[in-house]
Amino acid sequence: MTAQDHNSFRSGPDEEGRFGKFGGRFVAETLMPLILELEKAWDEAKADRSFRAEMENLWRYYVGRPSPLYFASRLTEHLGGAKIYLKRDELNHTGAHKINNVLGQILLARRMGKTRIIAETGAGQHGVATATVCAKFGLKCVVFMGATDVERQKPNVFRMKLLGAEIIPVTSGRSTLKDAMNEALRDWVTNVEDTFYCIGTVAGPHPYPAMVRDFQSIIGWEAKSQIKHAEGRMPDMLVACIGGGSNAMGLFHPFLDEPDVKMIGVEAGGKGVDTNEHAASLTGGRPGVLHGNRTYLLQDDDGQIVEAHSISAGLDYPGIGPEHAWLKEAERVEYVAINDDEALKAFQLCCEMEGIIPALEPAHALAHVMKIAPDMDEKEIIVLNMCGRGDKDIFTVAEALGIEI
Amino acid sequence: MSRIERRFAKLKDENQAAFVSFVMAGDPNPDIFAKLLKGLPAAGVDIIEVGMPFTDPMADGSAIQLAGQRALAAGQTLKTTLEAVATFRKSNDDTPIVLMGYYNPIFNHGVDAFLTDAKAAGVDGLIVVDLPPEEDAELCIPAREAGLDFIRLATPTTDEKRLPVVLHNTSGFVYYVSITGITGAGSADTEAVEAAIARIKAKTDLPVVVGFGVKTPEQGAELAKVADGVVVGSAIIDTIVGKLDRKGGAKVGLVKNVTAFVKSLADAVHSARG
Repeated sequence: MTAQDHNSFRSGPDEEGRFGKFGGRFVAETLMPLILELEKAWDEAKADRSFRAEMENLWRYYVGRPSPLYFASRLTEHLGGAKIYLKRDELNHTGAHKINNVLGQILLARRMGKTRIIAETGAGQHGVATATVCAKFGLKCVVFMGATDVERQKPNVFRMKLLGAEIIPVTSGRSTLKDAMNEALRDWVTNVEDTFYCIGTVAGPHPYPAMVRDFQSIIGWEAKSQIKHAEGRMPDMLVACIGGGSNAMGLFHPFLDEPDVKMIGVEAGGKGVDTNEHAASLTGGRPGVLHGNRTYLLQDDDGQIVEAHSISAGLDYPGIGPEHAWLKEAERVEYVAINDDEALKAFQLCCEMEGIIPALEPAHALAHVMKIAPDMDEKEIIVLNMCGRGDKDIFTVAEALGIEI
Repeated sequence: MSRIERRFAKLKDENQAAFVSFVMAGDPNPDIFAKLLKGLPAAGVDIIEVGMPFTDPMADGSAIQLAGQRALAAGQTLKTTLEAVATFRKSNDDTPIVLMGYYNPIFNHGVDAFLTDAKAAGVDGLIVVDLPPEEDAELCIPAREAGLDFIRLATPTTDEKRLPVVLHNTSGFVYYVSITGITGAGSADTEAVEAAIARIKAKTDLPVVVGFGVKTPEQGAELAKVADGVVVGSAIIDTIVGKLDRKGGAKVGLVKNVTAFVKSLADAVHSARG
């Protein structure tokens, strides 16, 4: 069988965990039996209706799903073009889409009899979501976080501690998200018996990219039925921000075989993709192998990984989920970059026009919508994934605007 | 016969285990590294593992992580690592060299170009941590076609069912990782290692060497009684670090100190079987 069924963009990955040439299982031998065990458990859980039923129950009563699809009327009027809908995943418990995936993985961990959960986190949203669900189920939770991020994300660090998680500041490498992921992998290699690694995005070795996507796809399935209800048809365009790419993959995946729905993934352009300070792996990187999969990476001439930069800590990762790399080369999804200052303007506009304080991550997606919506027809429809709320970002934004609070 | 086969055959005749040392290319800087490398065979090293520095070494403990960072900061690249091997080969044609590291710098260099360049430099084998048997088509099979051994890691999590998969395309020797964990972590229990080696040897004729967590001549000697070879890495790097000043510069006597420690390890391993 070839990697993908050419009639569908939704059939990947293949049995080797590949999306075209991307993805795979590039891990140390010690971990290989563990990810094979995980793949088997995930396949069994998928086929078990009680697993799905438990997850849906918790999504509804613990997370607050379905999240609304909200017509942003003033924003639409202000931009003077396409109709803009916001998929409000920022209203979820813990304030972002991250918990959709965490719930699924923790239920799987319980099914597998694992008692200790480890996770990496950058901005702290995935760490908070993991700590939250671990508290709910009484599981031990250890979160790896770059020492630099521990310093700049103090509120989330305290939240995780309140929830009973142990935070391990990572000082290896350059003390950021990619180093936290390295350290989590080192922990997993060491604690193979009782530990489940809860990865926060659609990256890592197979089956993580597909599994996390499947958990996040609830965003897209809901949006699909909600837009049909509101407008009686499919949207013309989906827009979502991309760090590792889980919120975008979750929104896009159920729509991939709708030929008339365009999709745009918005990467963090930092200070500009022509500078050395950005996090746009697809726009400014090239294929390589890191953290268990082949994908687009920010790297130097020698194949060493270079540090990503973005005003948004959640987009600050030098790689990207392998399925996005494949969708880029298949030209099914368009990928663009938005700079720090553009995201800041969008952040402010969203506060003023809609009374919604967005996270800096979806502010990148909104900044791109601000560029394209005015040139679109009034009958056209854009769905933007509002994947997180901005409470965590107010200090960063104040500093960037030169305001003391 | 390859250099690796010749070395194990010779050791077998002498009833000795192989002493395998790991050093990071370019650590603490390219000049000192070249001197260290050149002195290893005379100190009794049978096989040299040369680390290819990488920014994100996910299976390594802090000693090897920091060694890689020092090397990268000193300007080491995959190209200069291959040049260092080529220079070593000018004065030594019988000590096998195995490059050990991660896949991305090799993939970035281009697999075919890398294999050609490595072969030309005098490299004998490769250990690439993040290429399990599931990814053999990437580098393992092309390497063997190019005449380079692809040495695989077997670990305590490699069970009976999986062991044949791991051994299938392995050549040169088998590297048994004695602990679940990262390099330089806790020590292995000799009895457990002995049982694991017996398990592996039941399925292959290749020599089995043991590494991860071996720190002293005594531990080396202990393992040399049950394995075909013993690898020491982090402890050698710790000796290098002991001779660095605050700014990371090499103090006088670094090469002499490290070489003396390596010799104590090699002597212990070679004399272990009486």
